[in-house]
Amino acid sequence: MTRMTWITLTVMALLAVLPPVFFWTGNAFYLDLATRLTILAIAAVSLNLILGYGGLVSFGHAACLGLGAYAVGIPAHHWLYGGMDALATTNGFVQIGLAVAITALFALVTGAVCLRTRGVYFIMITMAFAQMVYYLIVSIEEYGGDDGLVIDTRSELPGFNLDDPLQLFALAYVSLVVVMLVVRTIVNSRFGMVLQGAKGNEERMVTLGFNVYLYRLVAYVISGAICGYAGALLGNFTTFISPEMMDWARSGELMFMVILGGAATTLGPVLGSAAFIVLEEFLGRLTIYWHLPFGLMLIGVVLFVRGGLMGLLRGGKE
Amino acid sequence: MDLSLFVIQFLNGLQLGLLLFLVASGLTLVFGILDFVNLAHGALYMLGAFVCAWLTQVLGNFLLAVLLALPVTAVAGLLVERFIARPLYARDHLDHVLATFGLILVIDTLVHLVFGPEGIAVPLPDFLNGQIRLTETLVIPSFRLMIIGAGLAAAAGLYWMVTHTRLGMLIRAGASNRTMVSALGVDIERLFALVFALGAALAGLAGMLIAPITEASIGMGNNIIITAFVVIIVGGIGSMKGAFIAALMIGLIDTLGRSYLDDLFKLVMSQDAAETSAPAISAMLIYIIMAVVLALRPQGLFPPKAR
Amino acid sequence: MSALLEIQSLNKGFGGIKASDDLSLSVEAGEVHAIIGPNGAGKTTLLSQLSGGQKPDIGRILFKGRDLVPLPAHARAHLGIARSFQITSLIMDMSVLDNVALAVQARQGHSFRFLRAARQDASLREGAMGLLRRVGLEAKAQLPTRALSHGEHRHMEIAIALAGQAELLLLDEPMAGLGGEESAHMVTLLRQIKSRHTILLVEHDMDAVFQLADRISVLVYGHVIATGTPDEIRANAAVQHAYLGEE
Repeated sequence: MTRMTWITLTVMALLAVLPPVFFWTGNAFYLDLATRLTILAIAAVSLNLILGYGGLVSFGHAACLGLGAYAVGIPAHHWLYGGMDALATTNGFVQIGLAVAITALFALVTGAVCLRTRGVYFIMITMAFAQMVYYLIVSIEEYGGDDGLVIDTRSELPGFNLDDPLQLFALAYVSLVVVMLVVRTIVNSRFGMVLQGAKGNEERMVTLGFNVYLYRLVAYVISGAICGYAGALLGNFTTFISPEMMDWARSGELMFMVILGGAATTLGPVLGSAAFIVLEEFLGRLTIYWHLPFGLMLIGVVLFVRGGLMGLLRGGKE
Repeated sequence: MDLSLFVIQFLNGLQLGLLLFLVASGLTLVFGILDFVNLAHGALYMLGAFVCAWLTQVLGNFLLAVLLALPVTAVAGLLVERFIARPLYARDHLDHVLATFGLILVIDTLVHLVFGPEGIAVPLPDFLNGQIRLTETLVIPSFRLMIIGAGLAAAAGLYWMVTHTRLGMLIRAGASNRTMVSALGVDIERLFALVFALGAALAGLAGMLIAPITEASIGMGNNIIITAFVVIIVGGIGSMKGAFIAALMIGLIDTLGRSYLDDLFKLVMSQDAAETSAPAISAMLIYIIMAVVLALRPQGLFPPKAR
Repeated sequence: MSALLEIQSLNKGFGGIKASDDLSLSVEAGEVHAIIGPNGAGKTTLLSQLSGGQKPDIGRILFKGRDLVPLPAHARAHLGIARSFQITSLIMDMSVLDNVALAVQARQGHSFRFLRAARQDASLREGAMGLLRRVGLEAKAQLPTRALSHGEHRHMEIAIALAGQAELLLLDEPMAGLGGEESAHMVTLLRQIKSRHTILLVEHDMDAVFQLADRISVLVYGHVIATGTPDEIRANAAVQHAYLGEE
């Protein structure tokens, strides 16, 4: 096994073991932190598929996260308060299925438009579509608008009690591992080679006969759907959802996780999410002005650190 | 339909459009010439609003505050250019986006530190605070007319610059190409710094003009910047003419859509359905328009030619 | 012999400049047809219109009797047209083998296959290795593409063009930037290829053109001023005046 494989396995093992240990030793707070980290890592891994491997700089990924969360919140809301009987449920399979289906559809429709554009147009238009969803949710008073929505009952899954923080963490962790393996398999497949080839040289790939647009669109939909799943978990974790989850600053943070950790690597997004959570938590504890050092650090990373944390771990070797 | 209400909404739309143009013109200028994506452009807009608000309180004179705040935002633009943009020109757009995203956090927090978490209201001098009675039922705050006047004046100034100056010639050439610009014998570093400062001042001006209405508040730039993106995407990135037309279009559609979409919907659907769907659709209206424009013309309405 | 490719009255303008001006040309199956002409004659623009990167303003491009103009670039590749680029157009971040394997993959139908690892796929691997052997690069298969020399990149371009087993190869200045020995090597390689493919060759290196071409067309300001065998072209007064005479 290579050094990177060892590092990956070690990090993932630590992530599996440490949070429950904290929980059992009376530091439940750190388990919560780890659950949030794990869920955001799933979103970051999904973004890495299009951003890292596909070279598609999507600045609207938080929209999928938010849509996924609302796909849990809205059925739960109707189940409790009536209205929209067809939608009212607390069944986890239905809610998660809805989250995946809606984000896949959103990615399909917006991706079909976005992927016709290149470069900076793509960045801005993905951002704009995410903002569109943001304003859409804000405008619907039934679901709390600006003020957000409390999820009173978590998703019900057979054999799982998501009200138990340990079980919720376990679900998130297993999901993360599965998603990492899925993305890794996709990336190494023929499909993944086309996606990466198109990142490296689009004209070449088209001339070879690949309909690059279609491959990218499929990747975009897969990525959106995975992120929607992460959103469904996030809704269950926070039990409070608001349009703020889809703010473009959240999309920026997801991008930051991918780039800081190391784009186009298996473990990078996880490391990036961990770094983000640690920074947010500990800088935030030191000062309410934690965005200042955080922002400066972001600028510093872009200016001076190439290849992210994975680049540092590799020690400059390929 | 109430005609005087329509006129007021129309003027509101025009006002929003012109403010959008001030923000979007700086964005499109910086992107068109420097090939640099500046997410923090909205933060400069906010900075302009805060500096102007603070100066107004200190000096007691809004107009003087605007005159002093303009060079301050221009200098802020120069600093951003020198320390963040310049090292990144040769990098890809992703790096621009991440670094300027960090810059937004920095500027937002600095403003928070210096001016406090509350917004600052900006009192207007009496002669701007009045209202102008156009007809029996039609009353317009004079300051809104001033915003429209200032916006049009800035647009005219930019138009003159684009058509009559050397800088304008470069803009019209769509000169994002460094070798071409230097072949014309221009000192690139100075040109780029100048363009950046100009863009910052334009965004700052927009912030100063809106501050007396909405007050200066943290995060105000983050709302307008996305709409400004929509404007330059629809207009064609790098095109001044496109930015102007798209800004007015987006400003008017957004404002009028919010006021009249439910009436429009009531023509084709039930009262209830119209009242529930209209707010949602009008919130999405400009994005839907953007999608339609892009589906038909991926380069926007007025793509700059030589790219 | 019948015409494999029939270009009829192609026109393409950029602003005031005509890159293709009523350009007509036919390429017979099995021949090496060279396009020569001064810089700015519209040679690369012609290839781009054939491969689908650019659309002509007016005109038809018949490939085996079928008009290519309405087809997008990727669809033309499936009909049996492969192109190499004048400016080396490889995927620099990928290995040499991956670059060629992608070209092999392109021939094997769609790539919406998500499960099996492509690098362990014997048909891709062996196909790509075979092509690299033909161009003499099998020893460098695992290296990152950017680590190779310019001459080796040109040979990779040929391997990739061959991978599609395309009937028609559009080669854009394969000799560009090659030294004497490298050029000779490339000419030998193209000689071996020509028995199996029809080749439309855009090239500045006149020695190579006269060694390889069955027929030559001379392009000046987007218009074909002469077509003929190498001997005919050498003897053509108009050509000498417009082009060769100036050198």
